[in-house]
Amino acid sequence: MPIYYYIVLAIALFTIGIIGVLTRRNAIIIFMCIELMLNAVNLLLVAFSKMHNIATAATNPTAAIDAQIFVFFIMVVAAAEVSVGLAIIVMMYRNTHSVDVNFLNRLKN
Amino acid sequence: MFGYSVTFPHLLVFVPLIAGLIIFFIKKENSAKAISLFASIVTLSVSCFSLCYADNKDLNWVPYEWLKYIGSSFSLGLDGMGKILTLLTAIAFPVIFVASYKSSYKNANVFYGLMLLSQAGLMGVFLSMDALLFYFFWELALIPVYFLCSRWGGERRIQATFKFFVYTFAGSLLMLLGIIYVYLHTDRTVYAAHSFSINSFYSVVLNAHQQNWLFWLFFIAFAIKMPVFPFHTWQPDAYEQSPTSVTMVLSGVMVKMGLFAVLRWLIPVFPEAVLNFSNIVIILSIIGIIYASLIAIKQDDLKRLIAYSSIAHIGLMCAAIFTVEQIGIEGVMIQMFNHGINIIGLWIVVELIERQTGVRKISQLGGIAHTAPFLTIMLVVIAFANIALPLTNAFVGEFMMFNGLFKYNIWYTAIAGISIILAAVYTLNMVKNVFYGNSNGLTVAMKDISLNEKMILCVIIVAIFLIGIYPQPMLDMAKDSVSLILSRFK
Amino acid sequence: MSNTLQIGWLIPILPLIGFLINGICRKQLSKTLSGLIGSGVILASFAISLFVFFQVKNGNTHLAHYFDFINTESIKVGFDFQIDQLSSLFLLIITGVGFLIHVYSTSYMHEEDSKDFAKYFSYLNLFVFSMLLLVMGGNYIIMFIGWEGVGLCSYLLIGYWFKNNDYNDAAKKAFIMNRIGDLGFLLAVFWLITKTGTADYHEVFANVSKLSTFDITGITMLLFVGATGKSAQIPLYTWLPDAMAGPTPVSALIHAATMVTAGIYMIARSNILFTMAPFTQCVIAVIGLATAVLAATIALKQNDIKKVLAYSTVSQLGYMFLGLGVGAYTGSVFHVMTHAFFKALLFLGAGSVIHAMSGEQDMRNMGGLKKYMSITHITFLLGCLAIAGMPPFSGFFSKDEILAGAFAKNPVYWAIGVLTAFMTAFYMFRLYAMTFLGKFKGTHDQEHHLHESPAAITIPLIILAILAVVGGWVGIPEVFMHGGHRLEAFLEPVFAPSNALVEKHHLSHSTEYTLMAVSVGGALIALLFAWNKFSKYQKTEAPESGIGKVLSNKWYVDELYNTIIVKPIQAIAAFFNNILEKKGIDGFVNGIGKAVNYGSRQIRLLQNGQVGMYVLLMVLGILALFIIQLFLVK
Repeated sequence: MPIYYYIVLAIALFTIGIIGVLTRRNAIIIFMCIELMLNAVNLLLVAFSKMHNIATAATNPTAAIDAQIFVFFIMVVAAAEVSVGLAIIVMMYRNTHSVDVNFLNRLKN
Repeated sequence: MFGYSVTFPHLLVFVPLIAGLIIFFIKKENSAKAISLFASIVTLSVSCFSLCYADNKDLNWVPYEWLKYIGSSFSLGLDGMGKILTLLTAIAFPVIFVASYKSSYKNANVFYGLMLLSQAGLMGVFLSMDALLFYFFWELALIPVYFLCSRWGGERRIQATFKFFVYTFAGSLLMLLGIIYVYLHTDRTVYAAHSFSINSFYSVVLNAHQQNWLFWLFFIAFAIKMPVFPFHTWQPDAYEQSPTSVTMVLSGVMVKMGLFAVLRWLIPVFPEAVLNFSNIVIILSIIGIIYASLIAIKQDDLKRLIAYSSIAHIGLMCAAIFTVEQIGIEGVMIQMFNHGINIIGLWIVVELIERQTGVRKISQLGGIAHTAPFLTIMLVVIAFANIALPLTNAFVGEFMMFNGLFKYNIWYTAIAGISIILAAVYTLNMVKNVFYGNSNGLTVAMKDISLNEKMILCVIIVAIFLIGIYPQPMLDMAKDSVSLILSRFK
Repeated sequence: MSNTLQIGWLIPILPLIGFLINGICRKQLSKTLSGLIGSGVILASFAISLFVFFQVKNGNTHLAHYFDFINTESIKVGFDFQIDQLSSLFLLIITGVGFLIHVYSTSYMHEEDSKDFAKYFSYLNLFVFSMLLLVMGGNYIIMFIGWEGVGLCSYLLIGYWFKNNDYNDAAKKAFIMNRIGDLGFLLAVFWLITKTGTADYHEVFANVSKLSTFDITGITMLLFVGATGKSAQIPLYTWLPDAMAGPTPVSALIHAATMVTAGIYMIARSNILFTMAPFTQCVIAVIGLATAVLAATIALKQNDIKKVLAYSTVSQLGYMFLGLGVGAYTGSVFHVMTHAFFKALLFLGAGSVIHAMSGEQDMRNMGGLKKYMSITHITFLLGCLAIAGMPPFSGFFSKDEILAGAFAKNPVYWAIGVLTAFMTAFYMFRLYAMTFLGKFKGTHDQEHHLHESPAAITIPLIILAILAVVGGWVGIPEVFMHGGHRLEAFLEPVFAPSNALVEKHHLSHSTEYTLMAVSVGGALIALLFAWNKFSKYQKTEAPESGIGKVLSNKWYVDELYNTIIVKPIQAIAAFFNNILEKKGIDGFVNGIGKAVNYGSRQIRLLQNGQVGMYVLLMVLGILALFIIQLFLVK
């Protein structure tokens, strides 16, 4: 499969994520959109890694797996982020009975 | 210090610095006062000794390691110009402490601690032989003053301090920029690619274009500090709003930082640019002299009157510096000291009047000569010294400065000379309205001054006449520094 | 080198010591003691001055260097005293007349508190010190020290009664007008130093040929500006009449006999410079003459006894400047001397009258004092005759010499000078007649109180009267007696360089007799006319009109100065203070602050707390970075 397909898919996922973050007010959906964006990046990393692996395997066999290791880091960070973020959302729901992010502007005062 | 032998410059900086830090932890007001007075007197005696021992050309300091790998060292040196100004600083603080002994300040320990830190900073400025160290002390001298003004000042202190802060800080940053630029053009030393030391700065090679814009970076910083027209508007506000003892530091010693810095860090480093722009600077200074003198005539507040008179006097010094004439610059050296002494004397008198009557408005005072004759005599002597009557100290300085200016341009001298007439006008108006005439409700109950205040004023008056009649030792002290400054113009 | 004149430093130091003792111990000293100290030190100075004078007369002059005042690479100024013919003559006048006035003061000021009494004497001693410094200085700087010092003392003494704000204003005015002159003096000194590299008299005079005509003219004009301030010439003369606010002995010492002649001393001292600047000489002669006439006309209509004498002083000083302008240096110095005698006498006599009249100074309320105060009357009459130029009183000889010099230069000068002399005779005898002749016109209380003054007042009057009569005999002109002009011979070394430059016009004897006859005859007529008219003077309430009104208002010069100088300066100062400083510069600075403040407040609105907004901005930012990366960075 040409790399081109992966790139289009990743762009589509990333754009959906951005639009979702910008337009939705529900905190949980925003979260899911952020995850979409992260995963779009992960997808690209893996795809490019595979591509480069084919190109450079002969000369430098270890170089090409860097990107795949990065994907694991991102997953870990994303998991940490979700746990903290969901905790915040739960607290927010307890206080406001809503998960609408626009309520958060109360912080200002 | 640092395991090396201790020299005069180090003592001058570290005695007030350490005393200042200690005083922060002394809660009792009286002991804070006593310790600060003691420390300042120790500094004064060190300074007096240094007059006798060190020689006037001493730019051969021992550099102590400080920030070795960026080419900066902790080097303090004491030459003739430095001696004059450190002596002024050393005299000023004990005088200020005694004069304000009766005033009580909230959190006295913090107040006196900050004062001493400021003294340490001032000493450092006058002694630094390293540009980075100079900048460090420059800020060390200023920052305590911001706190002093904003915590113990008058009603509009926040506003005044803010203006003062923004002005001087903007200037300092410009100077820092300039220092770094010059630093990057200095030659390699043993440890570092470039050097901040004064000798490297004096030997740095810059083309005319670079010199021209660097000149303005430095000059604006110093011009704000002096201040030169039109950068002066922070000064009357700051003088008016600060507590009087801080005003004494500001006007007596701190404005000399600007003049000193021009002499040490501007003129010898950018000689071509100085020659290019000297005309502009002198014209600005002369406008400032006349402008400030005229405004002083209209002032009703004693502090503002003295502030504007100070702007006029400093303007003359600035003009004399930029003539780059031997005699003019020597006059400036001696006048920096004299102006400091005289203006501190004036502030003391203002402080004494304000403490007793509660006002500083000239229009509300009058007839003090009846009730406080000694104070009046002291003021009249100091006021006449301030307008440079012969046989007082300021005459020698002004005579030499005008002489230097005359060599530069006759018309400038004639115009600047008008200020000696205007100075007589505002000074005599002030003397007449505050001291002569009939006393009124506010002044009728005034008492004459007490013994310690008498002593302090007598010290000032003795200094006024001593230098006025026999200025030669001080001129000798300044001579080598002037030659060094002018050596790049030959 | 030991020279007997080495003790010259004692002459100024003694009054300084007197000043310090009286000033510091003013609370402890009794009046007698402070009076004794004050007068004693001057007497001692006078004794030394006499000794010095006779040494100098034997041809012994001396330049003493005490210590370096300012010594740098570009200029050396020593604390030097020069004792020669000119300065020794002035020393005698200052200490001699000064001593008499000190003695006089012990009685005149006796009603003051002992503290103020000591203060008065300390100021007076300080004045003598400064004046001695002025004339003894060996260079222009030392002269300037004395020059400003006497101005300071004049300020302090005019404002001696500092409760009265009018007096304070008069003192202030005197000081400021003197400072205007001082600026001229200073500029001249700078010019000299710049061109010749020195301010020492002997070096300057030796190098004078190296100066260009422009330089010399500039320097002398500026020096003359200094002289107009100190010696009350047009345009800076208005302070002197106001200075009469001070105690009368002060007026006699400072504002008649000594300080105001400092300008003449200075020009006589620098005579070589002035001789080489004909333009300046011409200006000096014209200004001197104009001042003499102007002041004389004003004096015709004044009613305050001291004001008349003040304007007469201004007028006489104008004469001296006329003499300097026409190159009759000896004549001017001669007139300084005789003027010191008779004008001090007149002022002290006026003081005696004021004392007797319990402070009254208006001549319209006097009259007939002849019978109450015979010594004051006789001495005053002698003084009037001397100033009117009646032979053989001193004023005749000195005035005649100046007028003869003026005639030799330009007969117009002479004509105006003689006219002024007539006016002088007129107003002096108007003063005399209104005060001493006729009937007493004051209140009954005053009449009851009239008395002759005590000995401390009358003895100085008598001594001065004798001097006013015989003082002129040291300068008897050639026409009367060959070798009679002893003063000219004495001063010859000082003026020798100038005399070498210009050949003397010798008037024929017949011309000189005619000139004298005209001036004496005219003055005599004016004198008799005034005597006759004002001995019958009656008080009238009718206000002055026409030219009389202009004269009694002093030509409205004060008002003119007020309108064209004082008010505009005040207006400019107010403009600077209220508009330019507050609205302009400070407004600009504060404007920057306000703009930053306003801008921040606007930008702050972006920080609205909406998460969506932040994210949108973030995305836009990233997009912008992408665009920059892709399209703009090559």
